[in-house]
Amino acid sequence: MNDEKYIIVKNLKKYFSTKRGKLHAVDDVSFEIKKGETLGLVGESGCGKSTLGRCLIRLLDSTSGEVLLKNKDNDNYVDITKVNAAEMKALRKRVQIVFQDPYSCLNPRLSVWELIAEPLIVNNIYNNSADMRKRIRELMDTVGLAERLENSYPHELDGGRRQRIGIARSLALNPEFIVLDEPVSALDVCIQAQILNLLNTLQKEFKYTYVFISHNLSVVRHVSDRIAVMYLGQIVELCDYQELFKSPLHPYTQALLSAIPLAKVNVKRERIILEGDVPSPIEPPNACRFAGRCRYACDKCRAGAPELKEHTPGHFVACYRAGELEK
Amino acid sequence: MSENKLMLDIKDLTIYYETDAGVVHAVEGLNLQLGRGESLGLVGETGAGKTTTALGVMRLIPNPPGKIKSGQIIFNGENLLDKSEHEMRKIRGEKIAMIFQDPMTSLNPVMTVDKQIAEMIKLHKNVSESEALKLAGDMLELVGIKRERAKDYPHQFSGGMKQRVVIAIALACDPELLIADEPTTALDVTIQAQVLELMKELKTKFSASMILITHDLGVVAEICDKVAIMYAGRVVEYADKESLYLNPIHPYTNGLFRSVPAIDEDVDELPVIPGLMPDPMDLPKGCAFHPRCAIAEAICAQEQPKMCDFGNGHCAACHVMAKRHGL
Repeated sequence: MNDEKYIIVKNLKKYFSTKRGKLHAVDDVSFEIKKGETLGLVGESGCGKSTLGRCLIRLLDSTSGEVLLKNKDNDNYVDITKVNAAEMKALRKRVQIVFQDPYSCLNPRLSVWELIAEPLIVNNIYNNSADMRKRIRELMDTVGLAERLENSYPHELDGGRRQRIGIARSLALNPEFIVLDEPVSALDVCIQAQILNLLNTLQKEFKYTYVFISHNLSVVRHVSDRIAVMYLGQIVELCDYQELFKSPLHPYTQALLSAIPLAKVNVKRERIILEGDVPSPIEPPNACRFAGRCRYACDKCRAGAPELKEHTPGHFVACYRAGELEK
Repeated sequence: MSENKLMLDIKDLTIYYETDAGVVHAVEGLNLQLGRGESLGLVGETGAGKTTTALGVMRLIPNPPGKIKSGQIIFNGENLLDKSEHEMRKIRGEKIAMIFQDPMTSLNPVMTVDKQIAEMIKLHKNVSESEALKLAGDMLELVGIKRERAKDYPHQFSGGMKQRVVIAIALACDPELLIADEPTTALDVTIQAQVLELMKELKTKFSASMILITHDLGVVAEICDKVAIMYAGRVVEYADKESLYLNPIHPYTNGLFRSVPAIDEDVDELPVIPGLMPDPMDLPKGCAFHPRCAIAEAICAQEQPKMCDFGNGHCAACHVMAKRHGL
């Protein structure tokens, strides 16, 4: 992997207006994604990871901030959040998404064939049907869907196969960057392993850059090169995957890691049980958002929000007490 | 285990769903035992028959299309399948209680939570409304919800809190057997950790036996003593937790363990079990797992393997492994 900055996210914010005030779904997030890497995005429900994923490819318009995507043929960047509709349509071929729920993201009235053909037709990729036929066959082969299934409808297929259709659809236009929004959380472990392997093989073959969104830490660890941990709309820690599991710096990451139930019987470990629930993201106070549940919180944490800072090379953390808490 | 310590003894239970499209063999000749005070983890993938087994014990199989075709469910020496509906209503809730998977849908949205708990208490105990409500408040405190919130409606609680309410309802009448169907699947990891901690605590406090249905081997490792692995309607392996986790015997159990990504190990490709769960309307002859099994032999396609004791009560149903162990 080279260290080329492929996507640069600067101060990205996404607020939703609700009756009770502004909901800060993504609140001032900045990070970079390197070409060909997989960036894992973990956090609990409602932390804004899916919203962030959608803002990255502009399925949602962000409130403010920039998402810079490197051009294909030169070293300049284009700001996805500012381009007009026509330009965005062209960019869509380069950035794709695979959705979480293979049961609801496919039109039940289209056959497998039609579902995979849809992106090709919408973007006028082929003007003769023989080429398109060849491409669809190729895509079905790539994601491991048997040819006999081409006339089946989604309801006839199991979750794993449906997710393969979703993947084939996102690959159809030869993208460079794919947001994988919980692609395996609706699947059983055996099928999950099959899909994870498929995504891995595809990345090796086509050099895709992935953002992998999941709440399952062991899955994220398996697929990611670097991992960003989100809490209530903000990235609280970002570093190499091994580093994150070996020496987590943020107290939230520490609690999250200790909460994973391990399928092992002879390991004893200290479990940090967090009190209470995630607070409301509506009009959050200007303080560290984790302070209310943090066992290390001090007055400084309650007085102002810490920024995401590079603690050691490549290891970013947003915590005033990061250095002191190392084990 | 001596007979009098046995609380639940399921013998040859067979449950079919007779649909227009064909007969679904949901549970096939299932045998399972549970001692007093024990907690058993029932593990398997979607469609393995875990929930059907639990509903069978509660006699809650929707009929039609579901039918208990044969077998016995001996609970405290009496066969539940011989009970009348009237007698069953006395047992449900008072002797055997169930926690359902989805806390979002198993509570009544237009009833305050204390009334929902009191409803259960009044049904089984001869107490007045005000007494029942007072007991309901006690139950809420027991599961870690403040008494002040007793008059709140389910939508005012978060997912983890709702699951606590469901647990309070289940435990309100001090049942002898608690069946928990995926109690933490819908919850986030840190909330799951809280609920698991609570269940562990209550297990010792109430000394109830428990059947925990899950697909997560990590959750089982947290709170169960015994584990039964289900595949295609049958128990394929049954053992003490330690024995099963350290020396899994059945090739399916092995595959299941290997397909979960580890949090302390790097693997490039996850070992997968090839293929899919068989269609429960059309189960393969012989061992249902043989088409996906790496070590299958000719006999596996012919004969249904018997449960063999591999030592110290560690049982598995596999022709090949039995032969290798000289059984």
